[in-house]
Amino acid sequence: MQFVQLLISGVAQGCIYGLIALGFVLIYKATEIVSFAQGEFMMVGAFIGVAAMSFLGFPFWLAVIAAMAAMGLLGLLLERVVIRPVLGQPAFSIVMLTIGIGYLLRGLVTMIPGMGTETHTLEVPYKDATLQWGSLVVGSEQIAVILTTVLLCALLFAMFRYTRLGVAMQAASQNQLAAYYMGIPVQRINGMVWALAGMVAAIAGLLLAPITFVHANMGFIGLKAFPAAVVGGFGSLPGAIVGGLVIGSIESLSGFYLPEGFKDVAAYVVVLIMLMVRPNGLFGERLVKKV
Amino acid sequence: MRFIFKTSYQQDIRLAKHGGHRFWYGLLLLGLLAAPALLPEYWLAQLTFVLIYGIAGLGLMLLAGFTGQFSLGHAAFLGVGAYTQALLTAMGWPFLLSLSCAALLSAAVGIVVGLPALRVKGIYLAIATLAFGFIVEEIFARWESVTGGNKGIFLQPPQVMGYAFESSQAFYFLCLVIAIVCTLAILNLLRAPTGRAFVAIRDSEISAQSMGIHLAYYKTLSFALSAALAGIAGALYGHKLQFITPEQFDIVQSIDLLLMIVIGGLGSVHGAFLGAMFLIFMPQLISLSKDWLPDSIGQSPGLQTFVYGAVLIVFVMFEPLGIYGRWIKVRAWLQLFPFYRRGMFRRQKSFQKSERLR
Repeated sequence: MQFVQLLISGVAQGCIYGLIALGFVLIYKATEIVSFAQGEFMMVGAFIGVAAMSFLGFPFWLAVIAAMAAMGLLGLLLERVVIRPVLGQPAFSIVMLTIGIGYLLRGLVTMIPGMGTETHTLEVPYKDATLQWGSLVVGSEQIAVILTTVLLCALLFAMFRYTRLGVAMQAASQNQLAAYYMGIPVQRINGMVWALAGMVAAIAGLLLAPITFVHANMGFIGLKAFPAAVVGGFGSLPGAIVGGLVIGSIESLSGFYLPEGFKDVAAYVVVLIMLMVRPNGLFGERLVKKV
Repeated sequence: MRFIFKTSYQQDIRLAKHGGHRFWYGLLLLGLLAAPALLPEYWLAQLTFVLIYGIAGLGLMLLAGFTGQFSLGHAAFLGVGAYTQALLTAMGWPFLLSLSCAALLSAAVGIVVGLPALRVKGIYLAIATLAFGFIVEEIFARWESVTGGNKGIFLQPPQVMGYAFESSQAFYFLCLVIAIVCTLAILNLLRAPTGRAFVAIRDSEISAQSMGIHLAYYKTLSFALSAALAGIAGALYGHKLQFITPEQFDIVQSIDLLLMIVIGGLGSVHGAFLGAMFLIFMPQLISLSKDWLPDSIGQSPGLQTFVYGAVLIVFVMFEPLGIYGRWIKVRAWLQLFPFYRRGMFRRQKSFQKSERLR
């Protein structure tokens, strides 16, 4: 029972990692950029949600939509203003650029007077309810996280499978030049991918908010999502979620069964082992260099 | 405009290419030697930190700027150096011996980290080093019998031949000497076959390999040397602060180091020190600017983070070669004065290359 209980909380935490990793993977697949700002995107999304609810008095659902819309716009804007001019430069300068974006966003949020430096709670309608099931106790926040992740995955799957936009994104991610020749506006697609990543990050932030509170440094959890993305395979969307679940479960289990301190590094130990054993991850595409 | 007509290989690899170099670097050296007499205590301490971060930056520059292997966990090497130094000096070892041990131990750890670097590259390597950095930080915090855990650990002033470097002036000179030795070592390394091999690996692994460069050996060597320099810097850093805790060697420190060399100018030895100056003096500039800003912004702790992010973005977008790259352009303008054309340094557009096929 103890084991199942731990597994459930691990899966809930893992879904958050998975959602952030989903953002990495979306951007990486489409544009080959690894965005270190994804954690900060999540933080900004959560802050917008809090601001919408406490200052504008929005109800929860409207606040969620507002945060998603705002983050989508932010993603579009950043792609257009900052990322697009440096496309084609070495991959690492773009990574530094995203680190810079992360710093910028964190600094900006901290500079908001009377709000940025404090810790906030997000008033969610499902707060504090628990489900009892034999000796298993599951918090409603955890159920919300798991359900939303499942729903979001289904939506993303449907989008990539059945809509023109999704298919165009897939095409652009596989071969930008070929997609461009086929009449797909690759640059616009890139912008939309960033917008999508922003929206996913906003959802992750709002889901995480009831569990860990909203503060300016919550974006550092994004660093835990890198292991998730690597374990799943950096270029694979289902891999991101699976990787998140794996990392979350391992973290939760090692926090209980292993001595203190292992919980914080479990994810990183796993990623090191993964990189040595199977650098392509569980679902990674194995690409061979063609000459 | 100065033209140097090279007539021998000796001339080609000479460190000071012409009299101008000798003059200006000599002047710089004189200035640095005179600094303790001229500067107040506070600014001397800042200058000492510039030297210490400059040494760490040299290490990271060798790895990232010259070998093309990016490390997001470099603060861990700094920490290994600092803790080794703290433990050995506490046991009464002389400074130079413990410093060498700190460098050697960091280098050994660097080799351990460098081994996965043979299998993974690019962003995967960055994530592997990131993971390594987290693990090392956690070890510092948890291994309480050795590192003192989160309570931290004290360091004595360094002692060489019975002379204790207690005053900040004496310690400054110690750092200066070590920084000069490290810089000369790196400069020599870069003009030797090893350094050429590093640069070849950075520019193209495949062509380097086909020229007979043993990738595994040189990549591991680069990690080891880089970690050794970081270890030396860490040891000095510990002595300067006289008190170290695990939080000083966290991911933020690693990213600061990376930010430092990117802003200083990737792929130049000058860049390491220019970046260190940026990292140390930027907070001073920001606190000076606070008087001009409205209180709600000026007093906010986020201002520094914001400025760092903004500066980093501006540099990557408009000046990828950093402060040193900007200086080269200014120098060209001065040398060519009436004939400088806009766009002399314009870079060619390159097509986006896929990492997946590399």
